[in-house]
Amino acid sequence: MDIARHWRLRDQRYNLQGTVCAGCGHKMFPPRVVCPECRSRKIETFEFSGQGEVYSHTVVYQAPEGFDAYVPYVAALVRLEEGPLISAQLTDVNVDEVAIGLPVEMVTRKLTEQEENGLIVYGYKFRPRF
Amino acid sequence: MREVAIVGIGQTPVGEHWDRSLRDLSVQAILDALDDAHIARADALYIGNMLSGELASQEHLGALVADHLGLAGMEAIKIEAACGSGGAAVRSGALAVASGQQDVVIAAGVEKMTEMSSNCTTRYLASAADGDYEAAQGFSFVAINALIMQRYMYEHGLHKEDFAPFAVNAHANAVGNPHAMFRRPITEAQFRAAKPICAPITLLDSSPMADGAAAVILCPLDRAREFSERPIRIAASALATDTVALHDRRDVLFLQAGYESARRAYRQAGVGPDDIDLFELHDAFTIMAALSLEATGFAERGQGVRLAQEGEITRRGRIPICTMGGLKGRGHPVGATGVYQIVEAVQQLRGQAGDNQIEARRAMTQNIGGSGATIVTHILETMD
Ligand SMILES: [Zn+2]
Repeated sequence: MDIARHWRLRDQRYNLQGTVCAGCGHKMFPPRVVCPECRSRKIETFEFSGQGEVYSHTVVYQAPEGFDAYVPYVAALVRLEEGPLISAQLTDVNVDEVAIGLPVEMVTRKLTEQEENGLIVYGYKFRPRF
Repeated sequence: MREVAIVGIGQTPVGEHWDRSLRDLSVQAILDALDDAHIARADALYIGNMLSGELASQEHLGALVADHLGLAGMEAIKIEAACGSGGAAVRSGALAVASGQQDVVIAAGVEKMTEMSSNCTTRYLASAADGDYEAAQGFSFVAINALIMQRYMYEHGLHKEDFAPFAVNAHANAVGNPHAMFRRPITEAQFRAAKPICAPITLLDSSPMADGAAAVILCPLDRAREFSERPIRIAASALATDTVALHDRRDVLFLQAGYESARRAYRQAGVGPDDIDLFELHDAFTIMAALSLEATGFAERGQGVRLAQEGEITRRGRIPICTMGGLKGRGHPVGATGVYQIVEAVQQLRGQAGDNQIEARRAMTQNIGGSGATIVTHILETMD
């Protein structure tokens, strides 16, 4: 159904490609065309390292349609080391181990399988750093 | 700009209306409001709704509802701002009257949430968030609120049990509201034992999915006595926005749009928090009640929960909230909720709140869309 949308997001989903403001240096993920800090439109692409730490977390027991098969799973806000927060699931982790401040790194994992067309959607998740 | 008054109110009971359609609910609430103002027609209709297209396969609600009121011909449009749609519809109606373009206006809200399975409705509710960067990661709307609550508990040294007074108060007040979905009290013990949906948020932190419609009739203040013996003045109407995605907020624990819309509303009305007698806030989740109290100046940062623990949010407290049950007890038909808040504030100010009556001359409402991206604040006053 929304195959073009998933294709359009490939640089963000696989490479954490965001943007940086040439005016004030503000780094953005997801990418933007106007800097929210200084309104500059001089924006360049910027690839984030994928290193960060857990800022907040929740265990999802009742999922939206499309994610029912994966409950319970951990949804988190991760503070990337370059500054922005990102919304992502945690993976390869016990629910009890998750805590605010846990160091994590980005990995590529399956996000969901779409029932209507069999499309498997891949994207970023974060796992504990060793 | 002309001053605006509310001269009619109508509401359907909130609940699972398997036998009633979107148009049935809308028409019933609006006919009740028209009857309350002793009129049969109006000049325009602004109807708040979030998900009629996805959940009931019906868009174009303005024309549809005008048609079924027997009023095809008038200006009529749907207003959408996620769960803030109802408050935004009332503001649109108030602006239309204030501008002089329209005289007698219907502002309504409707939502039909029980047409589909709850995981399906959960998916569509997440469209109030960032579709590509929150919902696509498997984040439900509850999950996003849970992320706020978890961080709030961490920063302020609180436990999830500390949020119980919000839910207990809402249910206690819903008992006395014949239109409420849950007319039964809950205890702190029940709150502690509730099943998690997205930890730390449980079933008893969360307002329920529901069907319902509510409506108000607006007119110029100087004509208000033609329609009502107890007209209510709209002293302030303000709407502000913030980032749609929680991860884009400068501060995820502060409702900047709640602060900004309340600041504008206080200025319009020439009042402050100490002058407000009751506050219908947007307790979609207990954490949102705390953040709304903090954004509007009733509590310092991190103190919203303490205000509830000290009993100051009950009908006898310093700032009664959710006086007819709030979203938790009355129910949360998302696009209609903002209009229910206004209807309930009018009931209180008219002295028509029955068992739940509070001595009140000035009421505030705050309706929140998404995790805080659209926030609408209204201040209403009696005219005597
Ligand atoms: Zn900049």
